[in-house]
Amino acid sequence: MSYSSLAAWILSWEKWTDSCWQLNLEDALLGDGILKGMAETARNFFGSYVSKERLTTVEYPEQRIPTAENARVFPFLVYDGANWEAGMRCVACQICEKECPPKCIYIEKSADKKPDYVGKQQFYPTRFDIDVSVCMSCQICVEVCPFEAIKMDTQFELATDDRFGGLLFDRKELSRSNEYYHSIHPTEASEVDARLAEEKAKVEAKAKAAAEAAAAKAAAAANPAPPAGGGS
Amino acid sequence: MKSVEEIKTAIEAAIPGAGVEFVSNPSPSAQHSLRLAPESAIAVATFLRDDAELAFDFLSNVTGVDWPDKEVAEKVKVTRTVTKSVDGPEGPVEQQVEETVEETHKRVEPGCLEVVYHLYSVAKKHGTLVLRMRTVNRSDQTELPSLTGVWRSAEFQEREVFDLYGVVFSGHPDLRRLLMWDGFKDHPMRKDYVEPDDFEYEPTPHDEVLKRAQERKSEGLGTRD
Amino acid sequence: MSVTDIKTERVAGWNRPPVIEPDGEGELLEVAMGPHHPSTHGVFRMDLALDGERVVRLKPVFGYLHRNHEKLGEGQSYLASMPYTDRLDYICSLTNNWAYALAVEKLVGQEVPERAEYIRVILAELTRVQNHASSIGFLIQEMGASGTPLMYAFKEREKILDLFESLTGSRMMCNYMRFGGCRVDVSAPWLDATRKVVAGLPVFVDEFEALLSSNEILMARCQGVGILRPELAINAGVSGPMLRASGVNYDVRKVDHYGIYDRFQFRVPLGDHGDIYDRYMVRILEMRESIKILEQALKDLPAGPIMDPKAKLRGFRPKPGEAYGRIEAPKGELGFYLISDGGPNPYRYRVRTPSLINLTILEDMCLGHNVADVVLIFGSVDIVLGEVDR
Repeated sequence: MSYSSLAAWILSWEKWTDSCWQLNLEDALLGDGILKGMAETARNFFGSYVSKERLTTVEYPEQRIPTAENARVFPFLVYDGANWEAGMRCVACQICEKECPPKCIYIEKSADKKPDYVGKQQFYPTRFDIDVSVCMSCQICVEVCPFEAIKMDTQFELATDDRFGGLLFDRKELSRSNEYYHSIHPTEASEVDARLAEEKAKVEAKAKAAAEAAAAKAAAAANPAPPAGGGS
Repeated sequence: MKSVEEIKTAIEAAIPGAGVEFVSNPSPSAQHSLRLAPESAIAVATFLRDDAELAFDFLSNVTGVDWPDKEVAEKVKVTRTVTKSVDGPEGPVEQQVEETVEETHKRVEPGCLEVVYHLYSVAKKHGTLVLRMRTVNRSDQTELPSLTGVWRSAEFQEREVFDLYGVVFSGHPDLRRLLMWDGFKDHPMRKDYVEPDDFEYEPTPHDEVLKRAQERKSEGLGTRD
Repeated sequence: MSVTDIKTERVAGWNRPPVIEPDGEGELLEVAMGPHHPSTHGVFRMDLALDGERVVRLKPVFGYLHRNHEKLGEGQSYLASMPYTDRLDYICSLTNNWAYALAVEKLVGQEVPERAEYIRVILAELTRVQNHASSIGFLIQEMGASGTPLMYAFKEREKILDLFESLTGSRMMCNYMRFGGCRVDVSAPWLDATRKVVAGLPVFVDEFEALLSSNEILMARCQGVGILRPELAINAGVSGPMLRASGVNYDVRKVDHYGIYDRFQFRVPLGDHGDIYDRYMVRILEMRESIKILEQALKDLPAGPIMDPKAKLRGFRPKPGEAYGRIEAPKGELGFYLISDGGPNPYRYRVRTPSLINLTILEDMCLGHNVADVVLIFGSVDIVLGEVDR
């Protein structure tokens, strides 16, 4: 193709629309198309014995396809440490409850407070129910949670025969440890841990600075300096 | 494409007395609309479709909007003549005095149902023209002319507006309910539609559902506890 | 009420369905095709009045999957409606997300960063490829091919869905676009996997065509069947591959210049006759054009943020106004019409779905044909009941 015609072809690109080429029944050799199709099928059939790519069957449940790392099924609550009640990150702010589209989360806030991972006193949920039969795995609760408390699990084999309570998870059933979170979403969990460690470091630095300032003030109060400008 | 004001001028030049109003759209999308009068709607639509320059031959979207009745409270200064006893030189005397008080008058501004049309041109490849039509009120005068004769794509969509809002399109070839079943009584998309109370188990109720679930607790229905 | 009683009167008009007079003796046979039917692509009913095998009257009846999505939209915030848009056209969730995000961005005048636009194009074109592949696969299945072409299409679709799962977290209900960009950024391993899949797509389309395009049964059953005239198609609001198969050069990507489609070189395939074979051919050619766009987008993907930093996730309250935003979804023109009254929830939330509008002229295309052709014509419209009923 010469340069000028190439240029003309490229320039006409935007306005060029394709007209469908069409095969006519009268022109075709009868049986030709079917033979071509059968050749294609035969290639795939015999090829599946030889090349792994053509054999796409996975015999579930004996064989399973590993789920992607980002896969999301239903939410769970993360707790730090060994005790799920003491280490629960959720502070019952109820933002996930408000933002949940099908309103499948039900939270009751506590009356007292318990310390969170930096030591600050926070409320906690006395009741945190998720109706998993309603949950649509949209993951908006995870996006809006400011405390990294609710994350998405990857377990989907949850079939039960109890229609009226079997798919309603309370806070004990929903709680999983941070180690479990690392095992299902390693990259995400490491990022979350890094963020929380940073927050903790900031809070501790602030506390240290405040303590130093208070100590300096106390020292100044114990040994009063002579009043400036005054005196005998 | 001409601007919406220019289109309005063109319509009024072609169809005198068309009763077309310009409705401004405050959002950054700047998709202003034209409000049509129901009497001249078909004539205006045919003009928009057949005009050589405008050529709006593609009706993309027909939708309904419900504007419910609004209660408006106005503060009005009312001057009234009142008989009052006033101290006169020989004791209290009845006298007519003019008094001005501020009263709050409440009135109901009737709502209406609105049908919105989005037009495009395939021939000229230009863009959105929005048309609107309003019914007189929401209760008994809900007729509007059907534009199915002008654009066939209005056929199913006007049926849907009839089904979900209750706007009766006169001249529509086949006005039946589209999405709800034929025996259904109400119009679901209206703002005052009340859903039937037919749930039996609601483990995580919120707002309205929570209120109803608590009311039905004594019957053993509603929430799980 | 029987279908013959329905008064689709002999209303005069060039855009009304033709009146077919029954030519045999005896009564018309009334058949309800659906809603439980393997070939109706979901819960969809067609009330047919037949004269022997010929269709004299056809009335589509739907609403079996009506979930009042529009009323739900009025009751919850703008963000909470995003996962529900996945469920409209449940095969192409990412294009639904994009259409809704586009409408909201028009409503508030939100800018989208460049990298996010490229990612949106990549995902939308992948969606288009897998949608056309499955649509053709289902059409051929209804012709009696017992699933072989369908399974070939699904093999490719699985690869694309695996890409979606590793990026968005879910194979079909992706919930990925946000107002002002995308939710998570693409990683280098994901881009490598995508390039690998895109490199394998031309081979797949060639294999698919070798299997089908010169097949005599397909040609005999599809050529000359279900013809749609271009003037009627435009007047009936038909959009997407159906409109282009009738010869009308109208692709919303080229007309509206939304996103960054202007930067990509791609052609718009058109049909000559407007029959089922043309629609099949247009979809095959559109798959090839989508592959071209994918290759260009993957090459030019710039670095940068994927979300406008000023965009709000919670507490999103657009100022009063309205907007209509539309995109070229794989099935046609998908538009969202939003009216805002300044509150956190939309005042009116309307979805203009291509499947519903494309069904308007189903009757016109089917009249005079046999019942077997009705199945194919209906399959070539390519509908999804989630969109039709919302």
